[in-house]
Amino acid sequence: MEAFVHIAAAAGLTGDEAKAASAAGSAGFAYGLAAIGPGIGIGYLVGKSVEAMARQPEAAGMVRTTMFLGIAFTEALALIGFVVFILIGL
Amino acid sequence: MSNEPANSSMNPMVTRLEGEAPEIQVSLDILKRGAYVAPIIIAVCAVFAGMDGAFSALYGIAIVLVNFLFAAGLVAFTARISLGLMMGAVLFGYLVRLGLIFLAVILVRDASWISLTALGLTIIVTHLGLLVWEMRFVAASLAFPGLKPRK
Repeated sequence: MEAFVHIAAAAGLTGDEAKAASAAGSAGFAYGLAAIGPGIGIGYLVGKSVEAMARQPEAAGMVRTTMFLGIAFTEALALIGFVVFILIGL
Repeated sequence: MSNEPANSSMNPMVTRLEGEAPEIQVSLDILKRGAYVAPIIIAVCAVFAGMDGAFSALYGIAIVLVNFLFAAGLVAFTARISLGLMMGAVLFGYLVRLGLIFLAVILVRDASWISLTALGLTIIVTHLGLLVWEMRFVAASLAFPGLKPRK
C-alpha cells in the first residue's frame, strides 16, 4: 500500500486522488496475487486428472465429473479475489 | 459415464475421449438449480439494495451460469480432440474466463442500475452455493448409484 502511495505522489496526485489511485493499485495487485493460487491449483488438478484418464480410461467419466467440480471450486478462490477487487478498486 | 478411448495408445497427447460429456450434464444441472434459486437471491438483494440490487443480482447470476456453461463446453469440446489439448484449454480457459468476467463487470460498473456490493456477493454466493448443491448430488450418485437423490 505504501508503495502505491509513493507512486501516486510521484505521479503528481495529491489528497483524495492519491488515495483513490493507491486503493485501485492495491486492489489490482491483490487480484493478481489471488489469481496465482487457483492457477497453480487448476494446473495440478487437471494434470493429475489427465494422468488418471490416460492410465484408466474406463474411469474417465467419473474423473471428468470430479475434475470439473474441482476446477469450479478452485476458481471460487479467484472469484473471491475478484469481488474484493471490484468492491475496493472500482 | 461410458467414455471409451478412441484409440489404443495411452499417450495423453493423442488419447481422446468420446461418448457423453459428464461436465455438460453437471453444468446443465447447475443451470437448472440456478433457475430455482435465482428468484430467492434476487428477492434478497432487492430487500437490501432495492431495484439496483435486484438487477445486479440477476446480472451476477447470469455471469456465474454462463461461466459454468462455457467451462463445461470447453472441456467437452477439447476432450474429443485430445487430453493434452483439454489440459491446455482448461488452463488458458481459466484466464480467458476471468478476463471475460472482468470485462462483464467493467462494462456495467458505471451503469445507473448497478450495485457493486450486491453483484459481488451474488457472484460468490451463487457460485459456491450451486457448487455445493451439485456436489451433494454428484457425491451421492458416484458413491451410491442406487440411492441417487432426485433433487
